[in-house]
This record gives sequence, structure tokens and C-alpha cells, in this order.
Amino acid sequence: MAERAALEELVKLQGERVRGLKQQKASAELIEEEVAKLLKLKAQLGPDESKQKFVLKTPKGTRDYSPRQMAVREKVFDIIIRCFKRHGAEVIDTPVFELKETLMGKYGEDSKLIYDLKDQGGELLSLRYDLTVPFARYLAMNKLTNIKRYHIAKVYRRDNPAMTRGRYREFYQCDFDIAGNFDPMIPDAECLKIMCEILSSLQIGDFLVKVNDRRILDGMFAICGVSDSKFRTICSSVDKLDKVTTQAVLLQTPAQAGEEPLGVGSVAAGGRYDGLVGMFDPKGRKVPCVGLSIGVERIFSIVEQRLEALEEKIRTTETQVLVASAQKKLLEERLKLVSELWDAGIKAELLYKKNPKLLNQLQYCEEAGIPLVAIIGEQELKDGVIKLRSVTSREEVREVAEDLKSGQNRAFNFYYGTTPFSYKAQEA
Amino acid sequence: MAERAALEELVKLQGERVRGLKQQKASAELIEEEVAKLLKLKAQLGPDESKQKFVLKTPKGTRDYSPRQMAVREKVFDIIIRCFKRHGAEVIDTPVFELKETLMGKYGEDSKLIYDLKDQGGELLSLRYDLTVPFARYLAMNKLTNIKRYHIAKVYRRDNPAMTRGRYREFYQCDFDIAGNFDPMIPDAECLKIMCEILSSLQIGDFLVKVNDRRILDGMFAICGVSDSKFRTICSSVDKLDKVSWEEVKNEMVGEKGLAPEVADRIGDYVQQHGGVSLVEQLLQDPKLSQNKQALEGLGDLKLLFEYLTLFGIDDKISFDLSLARGLDYYTGVIYEAVLLQTPAQAGEEPLGVGSVAAGGRYDGLVGMFDPKGRKVPCVGLSIGVERIFSIVEQRLEALEEKIRTTETQVLVASAQKKLLEERLKLVSELWDAGIKAELLYKKNPKLLNQLQYCEEAGIPLVAIIGEQELKDGVIKLRSVTSREEVDVRREDLVEEIKRRTGQPLCIC
Repeated sequence: MAERAALEELVKLQGERVRGLKQQKASAELIEEEVAKLLKLKAQLGPDESKQKFVLKTPKGTRDYSPRQMAVREKVFDIIIRCFKRHGAEVIDTPVFELKETLMGKYGEDSKLIYDLKDQGGELLSLRYDLTVPFARYLAMNKLTNIKRYHIAKVYRRDNPAMTRGRYREFYQCDFDIAGNFDPMIPDAECLKIMCEILSSLQIGDFLVKVNDRRILDGMFAICGVSDSKFRTICSSVDKLDKVTTQAVLLQTPAQAGEEPLGVGSVAAGGRYDGLVGMFDPKGRKVPCVGLSIGVERIFSIVEQRLEALEEKIRTTETQVLVASAQKKLLEERLKLVSELWDAGIKAELLYKKNPKLLNQLQYCEEAGIPLVAIIGEQELKDGVIKLRSVTSREEVREVAEDLKSGQNRAFNFYYGTTPFSYKAQEA
Repeated sequence: MAERAALEELVKLQGERVRGLKQQKASAELIEEEVAKLLKLKAQLGPDESKQKFVLKTPKGTRDYSPRQMAVREKVFDIIIRCFKRHGAEVIDTPVFELKETLMGKYGEDSKLIYDLKDQGGELLSLRYDLTVPFARYLAMNKLTNIKRYHIAKVYRRDNPAMTRGRYREFYQCDFDIAGNFDPMIPDAECLKIMCEILSSLQIGDFLVKVNDRRILDGMFAICGVSDSKFRTICSSVDKLDKVSWEEVKNEMVGEKGLAPEVADRIGDYVQQHGGVSLVEQLLQDPKLSQNKQALEGLGDLKLLFEYLTLFGIDDKISFDLSLARGLDYYTGVIYEAVLLQTPAQAGEEPLGVGSVAAGGRYDGLVGMFDPKGRKVPCVGLSIGVERIFSIVEQRLEALEEKIRTTETQVLVASAQKKLLEERLKLVSELWDAGIKAELLYKKNPKLLNQLQYCEEAGIPLVAIIGEQELKDGVIKLRSVTSREEVDVRREDLVEEIKRRTGQPLCIC
């Protein structure tokens, strides 16, 4: 092993030597001599193990978020977080992995779906499976008796992802929970109010929230004669919900032109779980909790589908103006102007070319949905003006004086009537 | 093993049987009989492995973010993201782990610090070590030739965290990169402009951005007589010049790393220099350095860079520093690092060490390592060291004794009398539906004092008090928590009044 490493090092150095000689334009014979040495060394090395296998993929069950998918995601999170904040929730974050012991014994049969980290000589760790157990650990660790918090983060489950159904091994959860000893059902009711506010604001169609209670189920099974041993198989819900359980489902909408009919699926769930924190407390002290979890991954797909159906262009940047020039040798002027705009808080870009063609600059604006272009020209510079043009209408909207901070701001406030999301610019 | 599992199952069933009998209030003898059976089974099982050990800690080198720390973090991210967006950046996200092969061979000696996932029968995975390699993988995978993107996410490194210095095993990186073939130094200049904008906006004190170039370093070491094999190790010595004296650095190079003293001296003549564009021009005239093609390229690009930085108005923040050398593994051109300038210790405040808060450079060869045809996509970018910034911002807020609010609640819906829960629930619901951030205590008959105390602790500015007489009169008492001044507001005017007082725009929630 050490021998191989030494050989690899020699190969590397010899390679650098050869490159160096070529750079310095050394004599052909010298170069040839050194190249021969290099090839001999490489032959000794054998098959090149360090050669890139070019595996260009994300791990099974995971995916990148492209700028477009991020735009959808940001929009959805913004709506959800606004609602959580409207209800006075604080926010926390926890590490992506926990001590293995923390997660052990909390998930029943699902424990086999937990991702473990390799034993590399330190603590045994596992990736979090949900946000509820970390929350209970956080409460017990900080000896908190009450908190109203939300937590949005990715969780990890090694199941067989049915990718078409939007199920992954790495996926977001948006949790909201109220922990504490309070008068009955008030926080429970607020959780349902939050679920409804969020699902309404998202505008993903009609929904229904189903409510039940674990104690009613228990009682019902008991009087019907279901034995305790069969209970768990009859009732496949998560064990830790010991009282009220809720589940929100989207109601199937009739297929619209060009749109896939939405299956009836769960988009949010929750309930009361009074026993979990007690499992973490050395004295078994209980902290009653009630909460909800929004199934955002499904919501991402739905929102994206709807935007596509409405043929609304999704902008991936918020740029308000492109600083452009129609003539050559105006890079300096573009750099100065764009810098002034940035310093004034305006979202602006320029092409990274010394002498770009105006057509290319306009095309860049169209593709990115940038509504305005500020064109610098030699004559205009002398006159102390900048041409401000609407990209969609191609009309010149204003010739603004070089006092840009106020001039450009006014123009932008008037014409920039778009949200970052859709870019149908208001016409003058 | 199977035997044990079977035993555990029997214990479980027997336990359920016992519970069932107790619930059904079966005869005491029957219950006792079944309990005895249960205890016998448990005895066979041996020590209870499933008993909670009550380990209440996060893994080594990681931490939770409390609501207060999240408030600081949100403030910092908001400033950074605004800046990235101002410059037209898109945003992406990648998985927390990559295929092990993707990360292998990219980090040199640091590879031993990578967290691997256990082989559980599927692909071999590792947690991402930075955001740059995933970015290069993303570009190659999607065959992109240009993009301007930012990415804010946690990365993972198994080193020995010096927790007091704010170094962790799990920590945030904020990366911004411009990939693509463009005219020289324009994107590089924009990266530096962004770095300066962010550090100014964060208001964490004066800072300086040191700039150097990999090609200048290569050329400089070559003409001084440093052999290729010693390059990396000499670089790491030279890089220490910002912390220790030249004598110490020289001793390390000569004494520990076997460098000839004359070579060290020649290096010393160069690396102790720093300045503005005049230093670039001076070196362009340097008889030895100007003979080196690489160094010339680097110097030429730096000269152009300084022109652009002047147009951007940030040349006074930039220092061409020949001792900037660290982290060179994948950089191929300009490199830069921002440091906070040490402020004199203020009352009650720890003096801040001189430390790097942001860094970056050009790395033209990385994407090519992922492309089957070796196609290169030139990249230049920066990374903001937010963890350090979180601590600094938190310290400053504490020093200013500014209360950090952890919620944005505008009004608490309260009642002074009993039996008004229904009214409170109705009112708070109306407020939520109108986009007002409101709360109520989860008590049927809370005391007014407790409700006011809740407001004070949480920093809620207003309280809307429902009273029986007021209900009849169709008004709500709106009180300022701090001034205790109270005014009767008509119920239909309440939403507008709250928005007016809290500075919320009337038409947007």
C-alpha cells in the first residue's frame, strides 16, 4: 500500500516535471526522455485506480433541486412559514444526525429504515428519521416544559422510493408542535386551524381534514373483540400518537384539460403524543405535545404541475434590470453603472463580455424574465442620460438622467410591477 | 438470535395479555397467574436491552439552534441572500450525502475527515464535505456550461472541533459561484464586490480582502528554487505569515521542511510584500519574476482585476498579499480571503481574533474531473464563513443589550374576566384570517397579569383585551404593553389599528 502511494507520488512529480519542461519549451530530446520515464512509472502502477469513473448521479432516492424547483420550494415554504409565524411559533434546528441510541426503539418496525453512519471510531450515529424524536430529545435536554415551535428540515428513510409518487429517501418535513400542559383541546384546535390556513393559502384545491382519536380506536377494537396481539397490524398508524390523530387529504379534482387528475392523497398529518418526551427524561417526566407535519414534497409536485398547466413562467432570479451597451468599448461604463445600482439596492446584472451584442443582451433578459434593460450609449453618456427600455414591449420607457439612485428607483417602482414568480410586466 | 427474538415476542404478547386482563378487570387470581408467567419469561430474556440510557446530547461537534440562535441566523442569512439575489444568482440544493466515489480523490489529505455512511447493502455513501464538489457534479451531470448560483447548506467534517473557536463538525457554508467561459476577470471582480457588500451589510466591523494568484505563487516559488515536491508544504508555511513572524515561518521552512536557507530568503523577499495595484506593477517589472510565464499571466490578470475593482468602488478594501497561500488544492487562478480587522476590546466584549470570514478563488479544472470527456467549465466563487459570523453578531447584540425577539407576534388576545375563552378564540381567529400575527394563552380563564407577563417576555407589543362590558359596547381595549396606555377600538377597526401601530402595510399580509 505504501509502495503504491510512493509510486503514485513519483508518477505525479514526473508528470509535473514533464509539464514544466513543455511550458518552458525545453529541448525535444529532453522532453521525450522525461516522458519515457513517466510512461515507465505509470506502467509499474498498473490499472489507474484513481481514474474517475464518472458516476454522475445523486444517491438512490435523492435528487438535486434545480433553480426552478427551488423557486417552487421557496414559494411553498414562504406560505407555510408565514402561517407558523402568524401563530407565534419560534423556530429551532437540530443536527442531521443523532446518537444512534437516541433514535433506537422509537420507530418500531420502521427502525430498519434508519440510515446509520459507519463506525469510524467515534460515537455511533444515525441520520434523523423524523423531526419529532429530535424535538422530544431537545425538550428533555433543555428541561423545557412548554414551547411552540416549527422546524423545517430534511429527514432520511431507507425505504424503496416510489419516485413517481414523489416519495424519496431524503425529503423535507415541516413540523409544528405545541408542547406543554394546557387546558384541553385549545392547542389541538389551533393545530387544525394552522393546517387549514396553510392548505387554503397554498391553493392546491379542496381538502378535508379527517380526525379521530386513538382512545376511541382502542375502545372500538376492544368491544369488537380484536385481541391485543392483532391490534398493531389492524391499525398501522404511528405508535407515538396516543390520542387525537388528524390527517388532511386533498379531494380529487376532476381532470382539467391537460392536467393529471390528482389522486386522493394525504398532504398533512398530526396528532397528540403525550408520552414521547417522558421516554427521554430520566425521571420519566411527561411533557404533553400536539402537532402537525406538512407533506411538502407532494405539495411541491402539485404546485409545479399547476404552474405548468397555467403556463406561468417561473422566474429563477429577481433581477430588475440588465445593464447593457449597444456599442463597443463601453465595459467600463457598464461596470460603473451596475455598481451604482447595486449600491442603491437595485437587483441588476451585466453580461460578462467586453463587447456584447445588444441582441444577445436582450435575449438574456427574455430568457431570464428580466423586465428592464438600461442601455448605455456614447451619445447618451455625453447628454447625461441612460435609455431605460421595457424588455417585453421593446419600447423605451424612460430616458433617465444620470442621477441614478432616484431616477432609476422611481422608474423601477413604477414599471417593476412583477413578483419574482411570474413575469408578465406591467405595460407602460 | 432467532431464539431471542421469539422470546421477546412472547414477552410482548404476555405483557399485552396482562394489560388486557387488568383493563377488563378480570379476577385477581387470573391476573396474578399471568403476571407470574410474564416475569418468568422476562427472567429468561436477561438484561433489558431496550431500556433507555437517557443520553441527552447531540453528537460531538454538532449543536441545536435555539430560537434565539435561529433569530440571529435568519438575520444573517437574510442579508447574505439579498446580496446574492441582487447580483442575479439562482439557487440550488443537493442531497446531504453523495456517492462515495463522487467525493473520493477530491480533498487530498483532508479525505480522512469525511463522514461515511455504513454499508447497509446499497450504494456506498458519504456526507458532503463542502458545496463545491457537489456543484461540479451538478454542472457535469446536467451538462451546464454556465450558471450563476448560490447554495446555503450544512457540510460535514470529522475533525477535532475547537468549539470555542466556533468550529464544528456540522456547519453552514454559504457559497456563490459563477461558472462559464467569459471575458477575463469580470466575474472574478463581481465575486469580490459581493464579498465586500455582504461584509459591509453585516456590520461586523472593518475588514480587508487579501488577493493573490496561484500562478504568481507557482512562478514565485519556481524562481526562488522551491522544488515541485515541496510546493504544498512550503505554501502552508508561508500562509502562516498572517499569524506569526517571518522568522518563525523561515525557521519552519528551513528547520522542519528542509528548505535551503537561501531559497527561504528569496521567498521572504517576496511574500512579505502587500499593497495595491502599484505592487502588481512593481512585480511586473521584477527582473526575475517577469521571466516566468505563469507569474506574468497571474500579474496581468490581477492588474485587470484591480481596474475593475476600482470601477466597483472597492479598491480601498483590497490588498494584494503575496503570503496568501492556503487552500490551494483546486484553485487555478486568483484567490482571495477576507479578514476582520481587530477592533480594540470594548467594555465587556471579548477581543476578536484576526480570522478569515470569507474566502474563494478561481478553479478552472474541477468540473473537468467529472466530465467523461474532460470538458472544462471555468469557475470562480466565494464561500462565506457564517458560523463565525453568527457568533460575532450574537456577541454584538448582547453587547448592545438589544433584546432578540424569537417570534413576530404583534398582539396577544387576552381577557381580564372569566368565561371569555370563546370570545378570545373568535377574535384571535378573525385576526389570523386578516393576516395579523396573534396569540392567546391556552387557558380557559387566565389571569390578566400572566397574560401581560407573557407579552413582556416574548416582546409582544400589543394586547387586545376582551371584557364583558366592552363586548356589549362593540369595542376591544387595545393596550401598549410597554407604555401601558390603553384605548378602546371598535371591533371592525381593530385590524387596521393593529397594522397601523405595528407598521405593517395595510394591503399585504
